[in-house]
Amino acid sequence: MEKKTLVLGVIGADVHAVGNKILEYALTEAGFKVVNIGVMASQEEFINAAIETNADAILVSSLYGHGELDCQGFPQKCKEAGLDDVLLYVGGNLVVGKQDFEEVKKRFLEMGFHRVYPPGTMPETAIADLKKDLGIED
Amino acid sequence: MKTALLMDIGSTYTKVRFFDLECLELVASTRAHTTVETDVTIGINKALSQLKEQGVDWEKATYRLACSSAAGGLKMVAIGLVPELTAEAAKRAALGAGAKVLKVFSYELSDREMAEIQSLEPDLILLAGGTDGGNKKVILHNAKVLAHSSLDVPIVAAGNKSVAHEVEEILAKANKDVRVTENVMPELDKLNIEPARETIRQVFLERIIEAKGLEKAQEYVENLMMPTPAAVLAAAQLMADGTDDEEGLGELMVVDVGGATTDVHSLAKGDPAKSGVNLRGLPEPYAKRTVEGDLGMRYSAQALLDVVGVKLLKEALKEMGFELSSDEIKEKVYRLSKDVEYLPQTEVDKALDTVIGWAAVKFAVKRHVGRVEVIYTPFGSSYLQYGKDLTPLKIVIGTGGVIVNHPEPGKILKGAIFDDNDPTLLAPQNPQFWIDKQYILSAVGLLAERDPSAALKIAKKYIKPL
Repeated sequence: MEKKTLVLGVIGADVHAVGNKILEYALTEAGFKVVNIGVMASQEEFINAAIETNADAILVSSLYGHGELDCQGFPQKCKEAGLDDVLLYVGGNLVVGKQDFEEVKKRFLEMGFHRVYPPGTMPETAIADLKKDLGIED
Repeated sequence: MKTALLMDIGSTYTKVRFFDLECLELVASTRAHTTVETDVTIGINKALSQLKEQGVDWEKATYRLACSSAAGGLKMVAIGLVPELTAEAAKRAALGAGAKVLKVFSYELSDREMAEIQSLEPDLILLAGGTDGGNKKVILHNAKVLAHSSLDVPIVAAGNKSVAHEVEEILAKANKDVRVTENVMPELDKLNIEPARETIRQVFLERIIEAKGLEKAQEYVENLMMPTPAAVLAAAQLMADGTDDEEGLGELMVVDVGGATTDVHSLAKGDPAKSGVNLRGLPEPYAKRTVEGDLGMRYSAQALLDVVGVKLLKEALKEMGFELSSDEIKEKVYRLSKDVEYLPQTEVDKALDTVIGWAAVKFAVKRHVGRVEVIYTPFGSSYLQYGKDLTPLKIVIGTGGVIVNHPEPGKILKGAIFDDNDPTLLAPQNPQFWIDKQYILSAVGLLAERDPSAALKIAKKYIKPL
């Protein structure tokens, strides 16, 4: 079967590169074609990359606490750009301070993301979800 | 004796250079008005008979090569998907092939855009879109739009390889001359413009020369090799990189100020010169060419005035000791844009040419070089670099009529230097200025096709620091 394409990146002014590299490695090992746009990526860069590569999913990471602000309007912009069928995942330290994750998750789901992950999620969790959501059989 | 006859059929002049390749001497230079509207050979004959008068038996030359920018040069339209990605990659490929890019289109072409493409009358279309294995829909749509149009010019397809065959079929079925080549952006943020450049050049040789009425030139030369800007870029690359047995000069920039456009070529990697700077955006080609159609000495003088503003020219003139009112400057610039063959006679007109040349260089280099953006993050400031960092560049070579004929060309070229008032622009900080005094760069680029070693030695002999 043709490899599914994922766009991976760290949004906003966030420079955390280590987790990004680990994710790239884990996702590639799991059989995905990973288009890693790296750290400090803008919403537009995610969208442009997804259009050109015909991506199946966009994986947004954020670790520095400003994720909520950085992600605002992102799912809507994806729709506007014609990326209707693209899965949108987001994960990391998405907000500042100690907030109930269920609350955070709810806010991001309402925003239009399909999956939201708390800090400390292992790549395997996201990989399993991707396989399920994209209909890939093991 | 090994000799070379090298000809540049320009929009205004047909320039001929004759070299002795054993003594590495420029034996003779002549020029005549280009006559492509009537019969290109009239001008060529004139320039060649002047060579004869100087005692040069050009018919015996070992190599006889020509390049041309006459009849509007190689006019291209580039089509891609996302403006910042494949559309930009297609534009860079076209520029690298020496083309004049009329316009760049992105996403799915509308009927109105197709009509616009037709009215632009390009010589060639470069069709890109999608990374390999990426988006297929848009390039297929655009191929169909082109297929349904009555446009009859060659189309170079350099998009998603997964549908290259389909694109070819769609266009071929509609009787279009289509050539498929490698994707200009096979992977996201990976530029691959060489194959497209090569294909464009092939089409230029096979189709464009004839379409422009230049094929008669081949009675005099063995081959009309390439568009003139491609020859200049080839010369710049040869001078920077050298050959197997002759050292090059290292990374450099060439600024070519003409009547209609100002071209900037940089042969440099342009990686960040300072630490802690992150590179963003599409990578730049090592051999990068940009063309500014609104910056020129004559045809584009009026457009230049609109871009740079009369105030800047006024201040620069004042610095040179000439006090002119804004209206006087506007009036003079207007006259220059109409009388395109005017050579300045008075001191004040000479000063104005210097100032216009300086402004053309300043703005063209500004658009060519990269820039740094400061981002304030919760962890302090962070730096993003877009494009090439050319601050450490050591050599800027000046060419083009106004520079090679100027008594103090440094006054024009200093426009290329890093501006402390605009510190985010990564222009050369402390370059040495070199001048193509004999106006031989395009000839060097042509000769490099046959004898790169002699071409380099000649370039080093005649193109010198100020």
